Amino acid sequence: MNELLDDIDRWQTNGERIAIARVVDVDGSGPRGPGAAMAVTSSGEVAGSVSGGCVEGAVVSEALAILNGERKAGVITFGYSDDDAFAVGLTCGGTIHLFIEELNW
Amino acid sequence: MSGPIFDRYAALLRESTPVALATVIDGPNVGAKLLIENGAAPLGSLGHPELDRVVARDALAELEAARSGIRHYGPEGQTTPEDLLDQPTVRIFIESHAPPPEMWIFGAVDFTAALARVAKVLGYRVTVFDAREVFATQRRFPMADEVRVTWPAPVFEERGAQLRARDAVCILTHDPKFDVPAVQGALRTRVGYIGVMGSRSTHTKRMQRLAEVGVTGSDDLERLMSPIGLDLGARTPEETAVSICAEIIARRTGRDVPSLRSGTGAIHS
Repeated sequence: MNELLDDIDRWQTNGERIAIARVVDVDGSGPRGPGAAMAVTSSGEVAGSVSGGCVEGAVVSEALAILNGERKAGVITFGYSDDDAFAVGLTCGGTIHLFIEELNW
Repeated sequence: MSGPIFDRYAALLRESTPVALATVIDGPNVGAKLLIENGAAPLGSLGHPELDRVVARDALAELEAARSGIRHYGPEGQTTPEDLLDQPTVRIFIESHAPPPEMWIFGAVDFTAALARVAKVLGYRVTVFDAREVFATQRRFPMADEVRVTWPAPVFEERGAQLRARDAVCILTHDPKFDVPAVQGALRTRVGYIGVMGSRSTHTKRMQRLAEVGVTGSDDLERLMSPIGLDLGARTPEETAVSICAEIIARRTGRDVPSLRSGTGAIHS
């Protein structure tokens, strides 16, 4: 979280709305542990990382959906899926659970 | 825009003050927050005063252990299985921000630089102590966070109270003038790991000296990992550093792996 603070400050000064995704749980092997966080602005700027690059693209879409009111704050799960080649998964074979919400607290 | 909880959280993170943030991630009041710090009233609410009280108590324990993770409660803070029957479960993510664990290395010797490097990889804040000004220099140990010219006793007097179970004291001096007071100082703290370097004969003589100054209790002796490190057959300073750090991990996790302390054979075979 520390590494996001400067970007969050700057974005808030510019009046941007921000969503934050945090790793809350990891099953099996995962690249980042609980507490790893990333922030996404309504204009699509990104800081931080939750998986070392595997699922960040999908997290941006979910974060924008929250900022647009298309989904509510909650837990989303990304895991490896071998039946769907297009599913977003982790190359390490683990599953990560993220909590995504707007920064309004 | 952020509100008072985030602003306080960000301020504490910036000044490296330990803080825990509890968030309801599932159940009633998803997104509700409670910010917990030592010695201050929690900020925010998770939806019920009793839940706030129980979570604040648990969060302080998680913070002490520098652990982050999910815990389950009833909506009014219930924690026992009977109380949780027929209740919706509230899942709460407790995120701990604790300062990094400390490793104090006594002795600015050949092994010190390698141990400091490996400890940095594992996330320790590393301090090197030695009474000899020519050896204890930041130039020799650029990887250390701090290098201090001092005898052991004043160090433990001044900041021994800050050591916790997840911290480590490694005494590498091989010199009784230095390692006996370092062991005595370390034993008076709550530090989780105390390792002392030396050959088996150095170890035997050291135990005699420690007995002479009154270190004889079985609880004290059980805490001392001497000779320091796992029995890996390590030879180089780097290999020795790995054997020490691996022993620290094994002591923390309680795994049964062979420490040099438990053996009798040559350290370097």
